[in-house]
Amino acid sequence: MNLPVIIKFVIDLLAVLLLALGIKGLSKVKSARDANRLAAFAMSLSVVGLLSYYLGTSGIAIQSWIWIIIGSIIGSLFGAILAKKVPMTSMPETVALFNGCGGMSSLLVALGVAIFPISGGQENFDFFKSLINEVSISVSIFVGAITFTGSIVAMAKLQGWLSTPGWTQSKVRHFVNIVFAVASFIAFFDLINGNTSSIWLLVIVSSLLGIGVTLPIGGADMPVVISLLNSYSGIAAAAAGFVVDSQLLIVAGAMVGAAGLILTQVMCKGMNRSLVSVLFGGSLSAQSTASSGSGEYTNITSCSVEECALTLEAANKVIIVPGYGLAVAQAQHTLREVTKKLEQNGIEVVYAIHPVAGRMPGHMNVLLAEADVPYEQLKEMDVVNPDFPATDVVLVLGANDVVNPQAKNDSSSPLYGMPVLDVQEARTVFVIKRGMSAGYSGIKNDLFDLPNTSMVFGDAKKVLNDLIGELKDLGVGEK
Amino acid sequence: MSFISLLWVLLLGSLLGLELIGKVPPTLHTPLMSGANAISGITMLAALTLIVKAEGNVPLLIIGSVSLGFALFNVVGGFFVTDRMLAMFSRKTSNKK
Repeated sequence: MNLPVIIKFVIDLLAVLLLALGIKGLSKVKSARDANRLAAFAMSLSVVGLLSYYLGTSGIAIQSWIWIIIGSIIGSLFGAILAKKVPMTSMPETVALFNGCGGMSSLLVALGVAIFPISGGQENFDFFKSLINEVSISVSIFVGAITFTGSIVAMAKLQGWLSTPGWTQSKVRHFVNIVFAVASFIAFFDLINGNTSSIWLLVIVSSLLGIGVTLPIGGADMPVVISLLNSYSGIAAAAAGFVVDSQLLIVAGAMVGAAGLILTQVMCKGMNRSLVSVLFGGSLSAQSTASSGSGEYTNITSCSVEECALTLEAANKVIIVPGYGLAVAQAQHTLREVTKKLEQNGIEVVYAIHPVAGRMPGHMNVLLAEADVPYEQLKEMDVVNPDFPATDVVLVLGANDVVNPQAKNDSSSPLYGMPVLDVQEARTVFVIKRGMSAGYSGIKNDLFDLPNTSMVFGDAKKVLNDLIGELKDLGVGEK
Repeated sequence: MSFISLLWVLLLGSLLGLELIGKVPPTLHTPLMSGANAISGITMLAALTLIVKAEGNVPLLIIGSVSLGFALFNVVGGFFVTDRMLAMFSRKTSNKK
């Protein structure tokens, strides 16, 4: 072994170690930020390792340097700008976009190698080696294309650019997707057989498959899909590692792929959904509107912001249940002002965070953290559920399905079995909501009919602003 | 590197990934996903290899460069955005103490 090989070997080994430590550290609150930087450092280290290896062996042509610099500057610049500018509420779609581009990168590498075989490949040609190359190129293209189009569709749906077309909810979509899948496999094997022209067929049908599978999935399940696609992009990277013969790529890709799968599983558990039903079940609302239009609301109590303020003033303990509606209204800062006033009056305030509050697990925590809510006040569902009977007032802000008692009481409900927050145990529940429309699941919420529940109709931000005014009039928080 | 040893690498890498994510608090799901996502941009190394080995083949250089751009968009953006999210948590905990 000569020196460049040894140096690269050592650097690669170090990079893998640091990446593993990075992923490990990201799963603990305390170490997460440093771990993220460690991983970023490991990635730059790996680039240094690769470039120094080529400098020490074959050398790098001026022309190559130019293209390396062009690609790096443009890619990094756009990435950094987007990462700095994007609002915290659109985090899930941003992750989807980044992820799709990772998939695209693997796809392009495989395409490049397939169309213009890298020099040096011919002289030590052997059948086994070329077969592996063809298989890994095909896998890389297949998974990369699905990751790219799937992520873009997921992003567009979360941004509201794409709605769920009606036909995608019918059984036809399974037929269409099976056709795409079969066509990709035909192209796959044709390519392995040495028919390079079928590479374009593979690109096209696997792209279509990515769209066809993602399009019917409802918005509530999107986080799971993004997590799964994240896992795919790891697999695509590992496949690209086989294409260019890089162990580092294979290890890192496999790690991300496996970790992504576990994370997807954890998310599914939190939503009481199986991965299969997320992927093939279509949008939850579409299935259930017919089955559980079970009755109208009979006992809705609506109340004014003033009454709500009066009750809050008299309370000792208040639990806030934030949901997706809060994120949409961008009302987390206004909410923080309300709770500050209550706290100044000696009222205990806690936030109950359902595992899937917001659009992605942990998304609500990020949003509240942005609004300066102390981390200690955020309580997870299992921790906070026993507290509801001893709570005076619960404020439900833009959450719906996660506070539906049907999930506990009604075994015929599509929500049955989903873990929910037991807000109905509290003395008084205020639900701040724009209207009587249903949540993601499209199911009637029994909570709204209960005698201790009052509805405060209006946009979350406006209601909270009014609430601040009312609390001021009552002299709350001015001690 | 023989194919068999690459397969070993794949297997051990997967096992490592499975082991690393044990108990993750829900708070960290989004940052973890976004951080892992940035790491999947490691394909930038494959893109670099492609460019270095292109030897003056212009179409291949362009494909490699575009691929490198996409990968770095993923890597740089992913790490920055994760850091932005995590910065909020660390600010909170350090304020209290």
